[in-house]
Amino acid sequence: MEHAGRLSPDSITGAEDEARAAAETAARRSYGKLLAYLAAQTRDVAAAEDALAEAFARALADWPKSGVPRQPEAWLLTAARRKAIDARRRRKSAAAGETHLAMIVAELAEAAEERREIPDRRLALMFACAHPAIDAAVRAPLILQCVLGLDAAAIASAFLVAPATMAQRLVRAKTKIREAGIPFRVPEREALAERLDAVLDAIYATFAEGWADPAGADPKRRDLAGEAIWLGRLVAELLPDAPEALGLLALMLHAEARRGARRDEAGRYVPLGEQDIGRWNKALIAEADAVLARAQVLRSIGRFQLEAAVQSAHAARRHLGRSDWPAIVTLYEALLQMTGSPVVAVNRAAAIAEAQSPAAGLAALDAIAADPRIAEYQPYWAARAALLARLGDRERADQAYALAIGLETDPALRDFLERRRAALSAP
Amino acid sequence: MKYMLLIYVDEVKGAQVAKEVGVAQMSAPYMAYTEALKKAGVILGGDRLQPTSTATSVKVADGKTKVLNGPYAETKEQLAGYYMIDVPDLDAALSWAARCPGAAHGTIEVRPLWSMQAG
Repeated sequence: MEHAGRLSPDSITGAEDEARAAAETAARRSYGKLLAYLAAQTRDVAAAEDALAEAFARALADWPKSGVPRQPEAWLLTAARRKAIDARRRRKSAAAGETHLAMIVAELAEAAEERREIPDRRLALMFACAHPAIDAAVRAPLILQCVLGLDAAAIASAFLVAPATMAQRLVRAKTKIREAGIPFRVPEREALAERLDAVLDAIYATFAEGWADPAGADPKRRDLAGEAIWLGRLVAELLPDAPEALGLLALMLHAEARRGARRDEAGRYVPLGEQDIGRWNKALIAEADAVLARAQVLRSIGRFQLEAAVQSAHAARRHLGRSDWPAIVTLYEALLQMTGSPVVAVNRAAAIAEAQSPAAGLAALDAIAADPRIAEYQPYWAARAALLARLGDRERADQAYALAIGLETDPALRDFLERRRAALSAP
Repeated sequence: MKYMLLIYVDEVKGAQVAKEVGVAQMSAPYMAYTEALKKAGVILGGDRLQPTSTATSVKVADGKTKVLNGPYAETKEQLAGYYMIDVPDLDAALSWAARCPGAAHGTIEVRPLWSMQAG
C-alpha cells in the first residue's frame, strides 16, 4: 500500500493496513473453506460468493475501527451467513411459504454450530467443480474461482480466453451445479479414483498454464503455478492415501524446482540436459522425492506417479552426473501403455536415443511418424532434428528444425531452435 | 430433487430385437428395473412410449395451428420412454440412469425438473 502523500494520521493508516492485511490473509487462507461451507447446503455457489464478497467488504470497513477479531474466519462466516439469510429472506418474502419462525429457528441452529470448528469442505467443493456433468474446459477455472477466489478476468488472462467468455462459462457452470443438483461430496470408494482424476487433471491444467510462462514475466501466470501447487498440497493433505494426488504434487514440485534454471541470465532457453544444477531448488527436489516415496508405498501406480518418477530420474543428475536414462525409458514405456499418448511416445524416443543410440531413438520416432496427431507437434520435429543432426544428416535436420521453429509459439524456444539450426552449417 | 430419465434408443433396431426375442423377453429387464426403483422408494412415474411413427406434432404460429405428421425432430435415437424419480442429488440420479436397461444400447438423458423450491 502507498503511504506517501496520505493525509490521514499514521495510527489510522497503520490500523487500516493491519486490517487490510488481516482481511487479505483471511481471504487467501479461508476463502475456499468459507465458500465451500456456505455453498454446500444450498449448492448455490453464486449466492455464497455474493455473501462472502459482502462479508469481506464489511471486514475492511469494520476491522480498522473495531480491531481484527480474534477468530477472523468465524467472524467472516457469521457476516456472510447473515447476508445470505437476508438475500434468502428477500426472495422468500415475495413467494409465500416458509414461516418467519422456522427461519429464526434455523438461524439459531446455525449460530450454535458456528462456535465449533468450521468443517473443511473444500475437497467436496473441488469434486463438485470437476464433476463429469461440468464441461471439462471450465473445471480448472471453476476450481480457481471457488477455492482460491480468483476473479474471472484474472482466470481469463491466465487461460488466454476473453474475460467476458470466461465469466459467462463460470456463471453457466455455477448455474448447472445448482439446477442439476450436483452434490458437494467426496465420492464413494469405487467412484473416487475416476472422479479424483478429473480434480487432479484440473489442478495440473492450472499448473501447465502457469508453467507456459517460464520467464515469469507475467505475474498472473506465474502465480497460477504456485496456486496449483497450493491446491495439490491441499488435496494431498485431505486425501493422504490417494497415490495419484501425491504423484501430482511430486510432479509439480519437481518441475517447480527447475523453474529458475530454464533460462540463462540473458533469458535464453536452456534445455533440461544443459541446465546448471546449481540453479535447481534442492529443497523442493527433496520434498518431491519424499512425497513420491509416500505415494509408492501405497502400491497403486498411475500416470502422475510415473511422470513424477521421470522427473526424479532427471533430478538424479545431481548424483549420477547424468539423467538415469534407462530408468526413464522404462517409465515412459509404462506411461505409453497407460495413455497411448503421442507426447509420451516422443519423450520415450528421446530417452531411447540417450540410453541406447541416436539411431535407435530415430527409429522410435519413425515408428510413430504416421500418427496424424504429431504432424503439428513441435517437440516431435525438434527431437527429430536433433537426432538427425547427431547422425550427420544435415539436410533433413535442417528441414525438421524449420518445421519445429514454424510450430513454436514461445519466442525463447524459437530462438533456441534457430541457434541449433544455424549450428548445423557451422564448420 | 426430481429428475426425468429420458430413454433414447434406436427404435428400428429395437423393433428388430423385439421380433427376434419377443416383446416379453425385451421388457423383462425394464420390469425388474421398475421394481428396483419402487423398492428404493424413488419412482414418481414412468412409461414406455409408442414409436415415433405414431407421433403427431402441433405448433401454433401467427394464430394458426399447424399439425405435422411425425416427431419433433428426426434423430438417430428416439425418445422411447421415461422415468421420473425423486433422489437427493445428481450423482444418485446418474447411478439410477446407469442401471436403466436402455443405457446399455441407447442413451439416458438425465434432466432435473424445474423446481421453484430451490434457494
